[in-house]
Amino acid sequence: MSDNRNDPENTSASDRFSEEKQDLDDIDARLRKARESRDKPSKLSMRIKAPPGNALGLAFRVSVELVSALAVGLAIGWLLDQWLDTRPWLMLVFLLLGGAAGILNVYRMAKGMGYADGYGEKPPEHGAGQDAENGD
Amino acid sequence: MAAEKHSPLAQFEIKQLIPMEFGSVDASFTNSSLMMVLTVIGVSAFLVLGMRKHAHVPGRWQSMVELSYIFIANLVKDTVGSEGRAYFPFIFTIFMFVLFGNLFGMVPYSFTFTSHIVVTFALALFVFIGVTLIALAKHKMHFFTFFMPPGVPLLMAPLLVPIEIISYLSRPISLSVRLFANMLAGHTLLKVFAGFVISLGMAGVFPLAFVVALTGLEFVIAFLQAFVFAILTCLYLNDALHLH
Repeated sequence: MSDNRNDPENTSASDRFSEEKQDLDDIDARLRKARESRDKPSKLSMRIKAPPGNALGLAFRVSVELVSALAVGLAIGWLLDQWLDTRPWLMLVFLLLGGAAGILNVYRMAKGMGYADGYGEKPPEHGAGQDAENGD
Repeated sequence: MAAEKHSPLAQFEIKQLIPMEFGSVDASFTNSSLMMVLTVIGVSAFLVLGMRKHAHVPGRWQSMVELSYIFIANLVKDTVGSEGRAYFPFIFTIFMFVLFGNLFGMVPYSFTFTSHIVVTFALALFVFIGVTLIALAKHKMHFFTFFMPPGVPLLMAPLLVPIEIISYLSRPISLSVRLFANMLAGHTLLKVFAGFVISLGMAGVFPLAFVVALTGLEFVIAFLQAFVFAILTCLYLNDALHLH
């Protein structure tokens, strides 16, 4: 069989069929492998969880999170005041809310959600999020 | 004139190269625009010329191109999952643009466009609006549950929803300020210490050594901030695609 392989004239139909099938199996296996590696996290993911940088970088990130949320709260309050003519009350309320949002941002950052300000990823086991919300 | 030249902030000055005006909008071609054009050309040349051989065994240049591709491809895969592959070109483009902008800014006498809040904020706003539109298109009205954490009593909603909305709106600001402030602070520090070198005479070797060390650190920061920008874009995209 191996002798015949190089010469298509001498290859019988069944041989050719099995060869094609082999090829297809081969492609199948390679495809499966590629699909697995596509969905599997790479080695990089370990490093992403631990944010790079030193203490100064961390302090800087915390302060940026705090101040940016505060600024957004202040801006929203100011604009609402302009619109509703309620100066300065809504600005004061939204200043407090902005401060709370800033603390929330920092809390989420520190909770190991990497850089995410939002919820980040879901905890692996169900119910773990519930515990976290109860302030475990 | 001399004092103006030695100001550590003079390097951030915007200079009009080709004045242009559309109506009342000043759309001049500035040194900042020039650096952006050079960056785009630089990135394109780096990628296209590096891959022109299509070698099975890559040379040094092709290795660098492939490495940067794989780096961002893995980043997208790990943070967003397989759904994120559709957005890989966008994230790769942002990463390369910011990275090359930062690195080109390290060339003496050049200009760092990422040290301007206008540029970084425009980038961040683009990401923010894009990600929000993706989330709206994918989840329709369900998107707004994003501002209401699961398992929260309804009584808390009037307090929590505004906080969540503010937290969400602060994203483009923290994203842009982080990049801008890092580049601004680093380049200013370099210039300040470089100014000491001459004025201290013989003792100037100490600030000189410091400037050398700082230059190395600046290259790390140039890469790190581009990486942070890309990873944050990925995380926001992940939130948009998967909500919570």
